[in-house]
Amino acid sequence: MRIRISLQGGVPVYLQIANQIKYLAASRRFLPGDQLPSVRKLAEELVINPNTVARAYRELENEGVLVTRRGAGVYVSEGGSPLAKKERRRILSERIDMLLTEAGHLNVNLEDLMDLIGERNKILKEKEKKS
Amino acid sequence: MSENVIEVRNLSRNFGDTRALDDVTLDVSRGIVFGLVGENGAGKTTLIKHLLGLFRAKSGSVRVFGLDPVKDPVGVLGRIGYLSEERDLPDWMRVQELMNYTEAFYPKWDEGFAEELRKMFELAPKEKIKNLSRGKRAQAGLMIALAHRPDLLLLDEPSSGLDPVVRQDILGAIIRTVADEGRTVFFSSHLLDEVERVADHVAMIHEGRMVLCAALEKIKENHRTIVLQFDEPRPAAPDLPGVLRATGEGREWTLLCEGNAGDIKKAAEGIGGRIIEDSIPSLEEIFVSRVKSRKHI
Repeated sequence: MRIRISLQGGVPVYLQIANQIKYLAASRRFLPGDQLPSVRKLAEELVINPNTVARAYRELENEGVLVTRRGAGVYVSEGGSPLAKKERRRILSERIDMLLTEAGHLNVNLEDLMDLIGERNKILKEKEKKS
Repeated sequence: MSENVIEVRNLSRNFGDTRALDDVTLDVSRGIVFGLVGENGAGKTTLIKHLLGLFRAKSGSVRVFGLDPVKDPVGVLGRIGYLSEERDLPDWMRVQELMNYTEAFYPKWDEGFAEELRKMFELAPKEKIKNLSRGKRAQAGLMIALAHRPDLLLLDEPSSGLDPVVRQDILGAIIRTVADEGRTVFFSSHLLDEVERVADHVAMIHEGRMVLCAALEKIKENHRTIVLQFDEPRPAAPDLPGVLRATGEGREWTLLCEGNAGDIKKAAEGIGGRIIEDSIPSLEEIFVSRVKSRKHI
């Protein structure tokens, strides 16, 4: 699991961890049922207070992203939580916003942009078929 | 877990005319990592020496595990793992001798754990202490501080002058210690980013006085850096309540403030300022703002 912590920028460390785990789950790098490192292990790896990691895990458990199995560790919850879906939408929305801004700068209207998306989708699908 | 491992009340100490500690009060509850920050000469080591019973409290009181460390050194020191800033170890011993020697002082010494630490820090049993590099010496000191699994790990400037690899070992030891239920860590440091990573609770000491002592989270919540813009240039920094430090000139000023974000915003708008940036400062910025000349106006 690759998590990066920054002390600059003012985002609390527990939130940085929680957000990155959500991202990993939403982008399917983490699958339901996958085990996460223990609080102690992740704390040592990131060189941060174990209480901070525990807090991130606790928040994610409350949101249904993770489940703790007594004495067996922490896992990504089964069956894709509603939050994972929400999180996927959030990630895509960010990208779409960037694309729309870019299109605006280039004077491409929404209709042409939608056409282009359709076209690109067709090309990608054909490539997939060939390979 | 309201039990306090350390209780210091109104502790003051003079060395000649110098006030080394001035009315210091603090509590350290069980199971936390407590970071003591301050510049060199601020009084950190003097405070730690009181906790160890090396100095007697002349004014005020010191309790560790509920005991007076001067009156009951065995009851207190037997439960503390201590690494001094000077890493004062017996130079003439070899690593193995140091381990055997230290073991004699601690009934709870864990031989297996000591050996595990020795291997982890790659310390050769036959190596003379005086021939150890600075980093290895710190690791040897840490090994004997940890090997009796102390209830309180007390580290004075543990990473000062060390390379990043050894520093990681030291911080790792702090994290592992506190990850074991019920153990407490108290460490002093002038490396604020390190403190921000591992501490639950932070005390800032300056010229012998406690300038701030609170949970790290509360400290972060309670400080903001805002950038203010005005329509007209201002000859001096805007004076808002709670401003700890102001920098800038003309129409744009950066203020590090203490207090509620809403109140700060209202006060800024009251004098015709627009907030164009609002962020949470790092512990280092907070420390500097409190220790350096308060406002330069």
